[in-house]
Amino acid sequence: MKTAIPAPLSSHGQPLHGLMAEYATPKELVAGIRSVRAAGYTKLDAYTPFPIEEVIEALGEHGSRVPAIVLGGGLFGLVAGYGLQYWTSVVDYPLNIGGRPFHSWVSFIPPTFETTVLFAGLAAVVGMLAVNGLPRPYHPVFNVERFRFASRDRYFLVVESADPRFDPKGTREALASTSPSGVHEVEE
Amino acid sequence: MSAVLERPPVIAPGHTPATVTDKIAATVLDKTPRWWILGFAVSFLILLMFLNAVAWLFVKGVGIWGINIPVGWGFDIINFVWWIGIGHAGTLISAILLLLRQQWRTSINRFAEAMTLFAVACAGMFPILHLGRPQIFYWLLPYPNTMGMWVNFRSPLVWDVFAVSTYATISAVFWFMGLIPDLATLRDRSTHPVGRYVYGVLAMGWRGSARHWHNYETASLLLAGLCTPLVLSVHTVVSWDFSVGIIPGWHATIFPPYFVAGAIYAGFAMVILLAVPLRKAFGLEDFITMRHMNNMAKILLVTGLIVVYGYVMEIFMAWYSGNPYEWYMVFNRVTGPYKYHWMALIFCNAIAPQVLWIPKVRSSIAALFCVSLIVSVGMWLERFIIIVTSLHRDFLPSSWDMYHGTKWDWMTFLGTLGLFLTLFFLFIRFLPAISIFEMRTITKTDGGTSPGKP
Repeated sequence: MKTAIPAPLSSHGQPLHGLMAEYATPKELVAGIRSVRAAGYTKLDAYTPFPIEEVIEALGEHGSRVPAIVLGGGLFGLVAGYGLQYWTSVVDYPLNIGGRPFHSWVSFIPPTFETTVLFAGLAAVVGMLAVNGLPRPYHPVFNVERFRFASRDRYFLVVESADPRFDPKGTREALASTSPSGVHEVEE
Repeated sequence: MSAVLERPPVIAPGHTPATVTDKIAATVLDKTPRWWILGFAVSFLILLMFLNAVAWLFVKGVGIWGINIPVGWGFDIINFVWWIGIGHAGTLISAILLLLRQQWRTSINRFAEAMTLFAVACAGMFPILHLGRPQIFYWLLPYPNTMGMWVNFRSPLVWDVFAVSTYATISAVFWFMGLIPDLATLRDRSTHPVGRYVYGVLAMGWRGSARHWHNYETASLLLAGLCTPLVLSVHTVVSWDFSVGIIPGWHATIFPPYFVAGAIYAGFAMVILLAVPLRKAFGLEDFITMRHMNNMAKILLVTGLIVVYGYVMEIFMAWYSGNPYEWYMVFNRVTGPYKYHWMALIFCNAIAPQVLWIPKVRSSIAALFCVSLIVSVGMWLERFIIIVTSLHRDFLPSSWDMYHGTKWDWMTFLGTLGLFLTLFFLFIRFLPAISIFEMRTITKTDGGTSPGKP
């Protein structure tokens, strides 16, 4: 349960998701993130047109849950693929083919490899989407008119109103001091 | 970058994230160009020929094809191997060159991956049509059934089902994942409500969050790591379809590496064949530069030499094995009724591409296009030679026979070119043929922060 502090309102009287600063370059965005984090804000996200390591580092992101998911998918594929072959060839339908042993483990390696890669690969994509909370057609940041440039050449920093230090005025000043090309309100 | 020699830039100078976005998005969002309508119409006509051939096949059965005993594998398997091989270059570019940090791959990986998908789709047609009863193709898959039977996992043909279906699935998801940020770009830039809706749904709400990018990059790298052994496994398994058999000319350990090299060879030839008109038609010379063409020509040359090594080794091993059937197979291949096919193959795959040693040839678009065309023909002939000359004269002279494709074989084969081109035309019209977000990473941003991607 969230604490029942009423959400701050935007200038249009709408509930505020946060404040968004717009930058023209990744360098300014990184400087902005550093200064806002130094001021004690924690509920931040940055939006960039392409992956930028410095931005991810500045946000303090470490590690990702995706590799563990991929490992899990791969192990599942490995066990399921080999298990399927073992069970069908040895237990359920043992058939003498050219005098080969029922448990022809060498022959079972290629399909096992394929099922391992198949499930690991699907886990990578599905895992990435799940960890990122996608598909998510609606998000408050899309309410900002300028945000469509996040997929072109603009770099955005959002301080969410859920941040304990958030205060519409103070946060706006904190963002404005990082020399953005604009500060926008993000309505819920 | 501590390169001693200055290399030409990957893309033309002066581009920023904004200009690459505008330029590539325009290929999708602008009005349909006239050449597209014409090209699509021609491709679609060829596709109709394919459907015609397939419809007649469904009515009459595989008897309309040239296959018979002893040559039970003809055009269908030749075309299957040819197409699946072409697909391999796309995965090589998108996965192996990503892991090797070859930045130049960025401009060509998207359409090369699309080429992979469409080539696999074309390849998949042939084994299924060859079944004779294509409606029960799913018998190839292990599934619980009322007959109480399971597939034979000791057979390379079953391995092939697993390899090709995994390859198709993983290529498709890898390709789609790569498209997500670009679909978001199109969603944000499209002015048409239908475009915004469709691209919006496909983009799944991608908003370019740095945290999302972080997971996205991790997933991309892992997928590249998974695709690398996968792509090598696919043609290896395809080659096992042959080399596990005991037919002279097939039963050779050289087959897996030789097939994989041949696949990459044919695939890069196809990438060049597609890149040349694509960059011209969309005016993308800034992004697919001569450096790309030159690099691809070098890969063509290297893989071509590996293929030639394969040819030499095949002949050497046939002699060295002391097996009269093996040696006769080589003798028959070189001097028998298919000798002109063999000579054409040697010209196309071994002799003609040697002009790529000359830097001037590598920097001539027309020459590269011609060499690629020759290599594509040569790789098709290679599969023809491997399959037909091995089968048509096996151990017993009483069962020898000749094989020729019928007009239905040719219509089906040429028809899949129509299928491929139709899909490709649809792709370049509705999706960005060059990865926009990856191109943004390789432009020098004015702020000076180096882009995050290798």
